[in-house]
Amino acid sequence: MMASSYNAKEEDGHHSGAAGHGGAGAVKSRKPDNTAFKQQRLPAWQPILTAGTVLPAFFVIGLIFIPIGIGLYVTSNNIKEFEIDYTGVDSNSPCYSCARNFSSNSTTPCTCSLNFTLEQPFESNVFMYYGLSNFYQNHRRYVKSRDDSQLNGDLSSLKEPSKECEPYRTSESFPIAPCGAIANSLFNDTLELYYVESNGTRNLVPLVKKGIAWWTDKHVKFRNPSGNSNLTIAFQGTSKPVNWRKPVFELDPLDSENNGFINEDFIVWMRTAALPTFRKLYRIIQKKPSTTPTLPSGRYILTVTYNYPVLSFDGRKRMILSTISWMGGKNPFLGIAYITVGSICFFLGADIPN
Amino acid sequence: MARERGEEEDTGGTGGKSAPKVKQRQRKKKTKESKTRTVHANILYDSAKGEESPNRHYANNKIKTTKYTLLSFLPKNLFEQFHRFANVYFVFIALLNFVPVVNAFQPELALAPVVFILSVTAIKDLWEDYRRHRSDKEINHMDCLVYSRAERRYVEIYWKELRVGDFVRLRCNEILPADVLLLSSSDPDRLCHIETATLDGETNLKQRQVVRSFYDLDCDFNPLKYTSVIECEKPNNDLNRFRGYIIHRNGRRDALYKDNLLLRGCTIRNTEEAVGIVIYAGHETKAMLNNNGPRYKRSKLERQMNVDVFWCVIILLIMCLFTAVGHGLWMFQYGDKRPVFDVLSPEGTDLSPIMSAIYLFLTMIIVFQVLIPISLFVSIEIVKICQVYFIHNDLELYEEETDSHLQCRALNITEDLGQMQYIFSDKTGTLTENKMVFRRCTVAGVEYSHDANARRLAMYQEVDSEEEECVSHGGTLPRRDSVTSHTSARVVLRSQSTKSHRRTGSRAEAKRASILSKHTDITPDPQLLDKVNECSSKMDFMRFHSQSLSTLSSDLCDIIDFFVALTICNTVVVSSPNQPRQKVTLDKAGMVSFLHRVINIFELKSPVKTIEDFIKRFTPSRLTSSNNSSSSSLNRSNNRGCSSLISSPSADSTLTKLDEEKTAESPDEAALVYAARAYKCSLVGRLPDQVTVELPHLGKLSFELLHTLGFDSTRKRMSVVVRHPLTDQITVYTKGADSVIMDIIRPPDTGTRKRQKKIICRTQNYLNQYAADGLRTLCIAKKVLSKEEYACWLQRHLQAETAIQGREELLFESALRLETNLHLLGATGIEDRLQDGVPETIASLRKAGLQIWVLTGDKQETAVNIAYACKLLHYIQAKFLCSSSDQAAKMYLTNNINNMAAADLYPSLPVHRLGLVIDGRTLAYALDRSLEDKFLAVARSCRSVLCCRSTPLQKSMVVKLVRNKLKVMTLAIGDGANDVSMIQVADVGVGISGQEGMQAVMASDFALPRFSYLQKLLLVHGHWCYSRLANMILYFFYKNAMFVALIFWYQFYCGFSGSAMIDQWYLIFFNLMFSAFPQLITGTLDKDVSAETLQHLPQLYRSGQNSEEYKPYMFWMNMIDAFYQSLVCFFIPYFAYADSGVDLFTWGTPITTIALFTILLHLGVETKTWTWMNWLSICFSVALFFTVALCYNASCPTCYSPSNPYWTIQRLLQDPLFYFLCIITPCSALLPRSITNVVHSLSIARVNHFIDFIVVSKEHPQPEPGHHGVAAQPATSFPVHQQAPPKRQ
Repeated sequence: MMASSYNAKEEDGHHSGAAGHGGAGAVKSRKPDNTAFKQQRLPAWQPILTAGTVLPAFFVIGLIFIPIGIGLYVTSNNIKEFEIDYTGVDSNSPCYSCARNFSSNSTTPCTCSLNFTLEQPFESNVFMYYGLSNFYQNHRRYVKSRDDSQLNGDLSSLKEPSKECEPYRTSESFPIAPCGAIANSLFNDTLELYYVESNGTRNLVPLVKKGIAWWTDKHVKFRNPSGNSNLTIAFQGTSKPVNWRKPVFELDPLDSENNGFINEDFIVWMRTAALPTFRKLYRIIQKKPSTTPTLPSGRYILTVTYNYPVLSFDGRKRMILSTISWMGGKNPFLGIAYITVGSICFFLGADIPN
Repeated sequence: MARERGEEEDTGGTGGKSAPKVKQRQRKKKTKESKTRTVHANILYDSAKGEESPNRHYANNKIKTTKYTLLSFLPKNLFEQFHRFANVYFVFIALLNFVPVVNAFQPELALAPVVFILSVTAIKDLWEDYRRHRSDKEINHMDCLVYSRAERRYVEIYWKELRVGDFVRLRCNEILPADVLLLSSSDPDRLCHIETATLDGETNLKQRQVVRSFYDLDCDFNPLKYTSVIECEKPNNDLNRFRGYIIHRNGRRDALYKDNLLLRGCTIRNTEEAVGIVIYAGHETKAMLNNNGPRYKRSKLERQMNVDVFWCVIILLIMCLFTAVGHGLWMFQYGDKRPVFDVLSPEGTDLSPIMSAIYLFLTMIIVFQVLIPISLFVSIEIVKICQVYFIHNDLELYEEETDSHLQCRALNITEDLGQMQYIFSDKTGTLTENKMVFRRCTVAGVEYSHDANARRLAMYQEVDSEEEECVSHGGTLPRRDSVTSHTSARVVLRSQSTKSHRRTGSRAEAKRASILSKHTDITPDPQLLDKVNECSSKMDFMRFHSQSLSTLSSDLCDIIDFFVALTICNTVVVSSPNQPRQKVTLDKAGMVSFLHRVINIFELKSPVKTIEDFIKRFTPSRLTSSNNSSSSSLNRSNNRGCSSLISSPSADSTLTKLDEEKTAESPDEAALVYAARAYKCSLVGRLPDQVTVELPHLGKLSFELLHTLGFDSTRKRMSVVVRHPLTDQITVYTKGADSVIMDIIRPPDTGTRKRQKKIICRTQNYLNQYAADGLRTLCIAKKVLSKEEYACWLQRHLQAETAIQGREELLFESALRLETNLHLLGATGIEDRLQDGVPETIASLRKAGLQIWVLTGDKQETAVNIAYACKLLHYIQAKFLCSSSDQAAKMYLTNNINNMAAADLYPSLPVHRLGLVIDGRTLAYALDRSLEDKFLAVARSCRSVLCCRSTPLQKSMVVKLVRNKLKVMTLAIGDGANDVSMIQVADVGVGISGQEGMQAVMASDFALPRFSYLQKLLLVHGHWCYSRLANMILYFFYKNAMFVALIFWYQFYCGFSGSAMIDQWYLIFFNLMFSAFPQLITGTLDKDVSAETLQHLPQLYRSGQNSEEYKPYMFWMNMIDAFYQSLVCFFIPYFAYADSGVDLFTWGTPITTIALFTILLHLGVETKTWTWMNWLSICFSVALFFTVALCYNASCPTCYSPSNPYWTIQRLLQDPLFYFLCIITPCSALLPRSITNVVHSLSIARVNHFIDFIVVSKEHPQPEPGHHGVAAQPATSFPVHQQAPPKRQ
């Protein structure tokens, strides 16, 4: 019977496309293998949710999370942070006039000084940030407006920047270096910090500008155009971004390792912030070898060279001084979150049986 | 081309219903084009090198079912894939990326997912096409013999080389390569027998006739002399029609009918050689035109899913619109002061807020495209293929006896199996085995219970090993072997080696043999056997001494008449079986002699052409010596290459060793013939005018067959009129349903009247008993006609036969006139054996909430019996019988149904105990538009519905009615060609690949070897497939919504500018790679409930019926959960990094990671069973993400513009904050879901405990009233139930 229907079956099964067992039918048995996999009998773990298994699980999660949360919270609270807004919105603010009278083509920079007092001394390394609010560095077109090849020192990109840079790609038929909107809007305020001793003398606090960018950015991603160690020549035939006052090879004329595309302030700026309110590392105040705190408590003066307009988009500018811990800057949120979730689990563990 | 046309025609309708349509259309076509096909013989045109051959325009015999060629694959496949709307959508989005103003991603990258999805599908299609190609090739390279003019003989060519107009020589057991017009046959009657099982599923042999004008050729057909031209109709797919005519050289025309045409795919049987001319070849053959190919249905779940995909589109549009408006407003607030971060368009022009909003809308469609899950469709397909794979591989759905297992022919409706609500089942061959077994009989009022036979039948369940050893596997004998002797020896050797090498195959064959013999071998009742022997020896003695037979006692006379009636009162044709059925049960010594004999068979040149020829030569009455008889049988087997040798162990050695397969129109006729043979009363041959019977001691007797009054459903009986060779009397043997036969029995007026009455009374008692046992009962009666009576009847009968008007009625009346005043001989009880496990299966399917309707073409009594036997009906169940045959039926039915509806409302009646039995004629009224609602209302309230005497069309109408009106999921199961339309109409069609060929299987979505496998298929696989897919689809929606919402929240913080903190690579590959595998594994392997529990508690199936796994609200619940989770995943990093120096991707990468963890953990929460594959897939996903991220972030500091995430993940991995985020966020995101899950499962556990309690208390003897009722009636216990359960292997 099997044999006689072999060919017939072939004819039938043949068009099904799916069945497709006709071919082997007569030759070997079609008995399926008795393996655990094919019979869907793989050994399996079935988490059976009963009050006996669920409650301890919740308890354990709660017991783990709450201490972590407390730890994080304490860590965050130990971080010292000071913040001062220097936008100059209020009329009594020292920078009010600078903000008001801002014009991009004025030759003399406007400076203003702000006094503030640190209540507590800052130990260890202190990080100095500038903070911007309402600045949408994450705008879709803004984020794309750069040419990584150019920033990597690629000569052809230097002369012929990517189309992504439009409309900041060329200026008066010269290619812009660095091109794009991000570079064009480089933050260019200069901040200086003075410690006012009790006798009234102002001591300039030394600000270190090295090490504020990612190591990989500084050494891998950003490179000056190769071929000539003299940046002026290397950048010949390019134009500065329209908003800039000086070309890219004059960003830090004193230190050739911090000039051109590998200027760390520039690199930090090019790493576009994720959220419209952000801070960017500006300088580091290094710990002194002696036991005296890096920034002792007392009066300080912040001198701002006011170049960067933010009022047009209702932005704010801040200067932030902060120490950091093993898990970054001051942010109590994560600790609170752990404590909250932990407590919820803990109480659920107690409540569910009812 | 031809195939396409075929498909076109097939799409017009389905099965039987479409046939008239197609016919109509063709008729129309014909009248329009009035074109016919003209076939000339090719050999006439050989000299013309085929250039001018008039047949050259017709399709050749090469079949090609593949869709593509190497060249056309890409364009054609793409074209087909773009028929799916989703693909077009995704390509549109990918192309949108090339527009600079709106682009969101790197355009090439955006193409990646679409290309990936398309290529996965393309590879799948290519593989399927390749398989078709392979099997095409195999078929195309089969051999056939074609007459070659050059060599003046038949040469062997491949099938594909066959052309229209070729002369083909066909031999026994050969499969027809094309549609061939029969021109010559070695049969003396110019007949050719074919088996059409592959076409219409009917297993009985059909006779085909040589074309009239070649009928009288006395010598062999010579193709060279053929000069005629054939005109016939164009190729069509109607198997039962062929019209045309043949024009001879002398201008004579002869009509051609379907009886002259041999169809491709059929097998030649019983005819040594036939020659024909090819009329239709290849794709134009009727068999190929009837092939519809695989079927594509859309499952209920998918329909539901598509609604939700639509909702996703709406959500997407709302989100895009919201963002666009937001962006417009954001731009507007700045007024003319353009902030530095609002970059101008590349052209340097200032965009108005409205224009930017419009551009942004398009951008957002690209960014949010993930919400419409591109991989969902592919994933579903993959999961379904895996599910089909597992169903195929289920050992419990494999039948060893026939070496067949479940076939899923429709790949995309596996989950529908879990949602069935109504099952429509055929009876014969589906619930029963369709193998009639003679069980008991009563002759002349004495009951012969055949206990030994019953015991033997029960034993067959277990016996197999011994038989296996002594059954030799015949193997496939290539037909050439019948020609030369040395090859035949090889064949025997091969069959031996076959046995040793393929143990499993031969075992399956052996088992089949045992099944076959189970039905053909009957252990005779010793008492009855003695009586038969006694009687026949007496008759022999009397004949020898020329005594009148009337001296024989009437008891004995009845007995011999009874068996003669069993033997001849039927339409059974004796035919030699085909080779592959060769089975010999011999011991080892016998084996050797058998082999000798086989070889001898092939060596002997046969002087006698056919069995009929043989019978004609040796007048049966002369063959009385047993020696002679056995030698003749040997002779006969020698004569024919294709005869089978079965020596039945029970047969007397002095009697014939040879046995032929008997093909009967209905299996119960065959059963009766086999029963008679057990009493040595065997049917030897049937010709149109005589029946030859071999009786013990008497040898062969030829009964001159005067008339056969065939069975019809009104008379419910059939009769034969024969001239008895011993008494020379004209005798009428009638066989029929007890209800009608009993009415026309007239006891004779003589002194035996009292005895006769007693016999009738007793027989009636036994009949009732048989019926109660679920046996089919038949009464056997006879009548002796005097010459005058016969002459009188004959005159009117001939008038009726020749009448032009109302011939049917006249013949009917004529039959009624004859069948009067019969003498009751006895009655038989035939068992239509239920398949194993049918009652249990039905019971558990019932428990699963499935309504089971039985739709059968069988008569009411049988159907009801079977319904009782398989516990579909219970005796205590109130039963409404709706059967009516007159024109007032409509009224009657209306009243009846109204009454029933009233009864339905009547509270005291246990509604669920109702059973409805309705016959075909009544059904016709019930299906009337005005009544169908009432009918459905009644049928719904009944526990079981039984439709008997229903036509295939009615079956499909019932299914359609229930499906459309009640909006339920329907499953139709059947095995025969008459179930095809019903199978096609139902949501899921299941074919039983059993006795009746492939027709039902071809039309079905799933093919099962047995009915009882339906239980596991539905309850276990159906449930699993449904719950797995439902959960997977919901998970998909959740996953994509959750991921996309992250970006949506971000829009509030980037000025609605369409910026994304998730890198484009992650965004595009997240779905495709990082989160794809675990859900596929879970979607394929997860088991919410174990197989054992599902089978033990069929109630669990109801969850699928009520679509509990995937309700509309669940989609929204998942959406809400997705939005909640994304809020958590967005805002925890947001606050953790608020007012810090974090850059876009250093902030976005943790979010991606967190989202991945959350999504995987979510899957973990939803996964019920964890195998190593689940663990592996989740670990793999996480590892893959980090590997890709690490490689990607380290690979290139300048590429991947516009945004380069160089060294991001490396820095993050050094940051403790990252790890703290990765712990807290998934935990808090999944908190609500896990809490609800816990609460839910705790409450379920309580309910489960409750259910367990109920089950336990049910199993312990809390006697149900129903059980009592059944037990009170011992008659309901059907023998099958007492059999030992089938042995598991």
